[in-house]
Amino acid sequence: METSAQKVNQFDLFVPQLEQMSKRLRRHVINMIATASSGHPGGSLSAADIVTALYFKILKHDPHNPQWEERDRFILSKGHAAPILYAALAECGYFPIEELATFRKLGSRLQGHTDRTFTPGVEMSAGSLGMGLSCAIGFALCARLDSRKYKTYVLLGDGECDEGQVWEAALSASQFKLDNLVAIVDYNQIQLSGRTQDIMCLDPFAKKWQAFGWHTVEIDGHDFDQIISALQEVKAIKGKPSVIIARTIKGKGVSFMENNVAFHGKPPSPEETDKALKELE
Amino acid sequence: MSQQMQPDSHTAKVSLRETYGKTLVELGKQDKNIIVLDADLSPSTMTCFFAQEFPDRFFDCGLAEQNMISIAAGLAASGKTVFASTFAVFAACRCFDQVRICLSQTGLNVKVVATHGGITVGEDGLSHQAIEDLSLYCALPGFTVIVPADARETAEAVKAAASTRGPFYIRLSRIKAPIIYPEGYAFTVGKAITLREGNDVSIVATGIMVFKALEAAEALAEHGINCRVLDIHTIKPLDEETVAKAAAETGAIVVAEEHLAQGGLGSRVAQVLARTKPVPVEFVNLGDRYALSGKADELLQEYGLTARDIEKAAKIVVKRK
Repeated sequence: METSAQKVNQFDLFVPQLEQMSKRLRRHVINMIATASSGHPGGSLSAADIVTALYFKILKHDPHNPQWEERDRFILSKGHAAPILYAALAECGYFPIEELATFRKLGSRLQGHTDRTFTPGVEMSAGSLGMGLSCAIGFALCARLDSRKYKTYVLLGDGECDEGQVWEAALSASQFKLDNLVAIVDYNQIQLSGRTQDIMCLDPFAKKWQAFGWHTVEIDGHDFDQIISALQEVKAIKGKPSVIIARTIKGKGVSFMENNVAFHGKPPSPEETDKALKELE
Repeated sequence: MSQQMQPDSHTAKVSLRETYGKTLVELGKQDKNIIVLDADLSPSTMTCFFAQEFPDRFFDCGLAEQNMISIAAGLAASGKTVFASTFAVFAACRCFDQVRICLSQTGLNVKVVATHGGITVGEDGLSHQAIEDLSLYCALPGFTVIVPADARETAEAVKAAASTRGPFYIRLSRIKAPIIYPEGYAFTVGKAITLREGNDVSIVATGIMVFKALEAAEALAEHGINCRVLDIHTIKPLDEETVAKAAAETGAIVVAEEHLAQGGLGSRVAQVLARTKPVPVEFVNLGDRYALSGKADELLQEYGLTARDIEKAAKIVVKRK
């Protein structure tokens, strides 16, 4: 029973609306992490525009039927950015927005890192980094085996790309010629303990993916026009997987969190929360 | 179920791995939903049979066990029944976090069937000897852990895994094992098999140690010690009832396994007995050490994993009653 709404993204927001939505999601992120007094604001905020574009423009999905077989799959491999995914899922209608306040609390469906067994709309558990791209390969292979048209999208962190498994997966996605698989890297250039450049330099990052046989696109991960056109463009690529390297700013949208290593995994104080929410009005 | 078994030194030895490979092909014919993954070991794990028969449903993930397990999870999350094979030492030690996050907690329908378990992998030595795999997989909530004793039990275990939802770990030996079971015998996951009745002591064994337990029981009978022999093919969930009953009725237990002392069948049996029916227990296992390169039989001899070792342990434990 496929409705017309399911053939395209059923929200299909225009850029000004997407900008408003990403602000809303960012506010949820701040509120969730402040309420929980725990969580990872920096990487949630850097991924906010990418996640907004996916859920409100690109993905074919049905919040009222999370198991719809033809849905596009989205896997958040950087599982610590769970707040931004939960915020998007709640705004889409997968579960009540009020439930966001239970994030990280005992008994909540919104676990500290994404967990497919609890949360409607979460395709795969994550939190231990580096696994999501491989899981996405499994989804993409299944689409091919079952002749289904859905695409599989996976969002990785740049720090996450230190994990060897990411490159095992990069090799095999290419080997399997998975042109129904799109990886997006939230390239915010900061990881837990410092700048990626100082901890474990990834340069030349795009060239690495190219060398692994991937179609590679580099964009500004906060520019909706660029995000959307990249996500549209890669749909036409045949015979190889695609990766979108989205240059982002860690903590984007909250001045004192932007490019600030300290806010990788630190909740804002009550004063900082007020300030952050004001900036996101 | 009790089947009075007589070990016969002329019993045909059959490869568990080949049986696994052939059973996979059989299952693949019946169920298109079955997908098989391997990590560049298919000619050794014998998933190559499936690969030849169903190339579209076989994926070689290369030498990348972490990748293989997570790919398996993605396929299973999409509704597939996935068999993922490699050597036991790699299945346990190279991708434990992936198994934990992607399979154990999620309960996804992936069957990790690992070959070359134990020290009988032989000459390859420590890097290839899986001696802590049972401990690691038994530590995982939601996992069913099976070690078949012969080729027929291998076929039954693999079929049962295919038709039972949830993650399984099945450990197979590299070496061929003597046939213990008749064709079409009754196998139930989680239900121990009493292979020999006896009331003086129970030998509780798994995998290739089951046949050795039968040999030991035969030798002990000549000394007037009547052994009960249990095949614990399913280590997790353990058939606690049958183990406790054996303890109650025979008053002494010997646990035999091709594994380190810690965390495998011995630990699990001891835990059950401590709670239900504490009786004297002796353990036949590798102890707390790594083994060397050598021929399988030499290694079993060297590290105290023979029928004779079980026999000695039985005599000791009977005296402790």
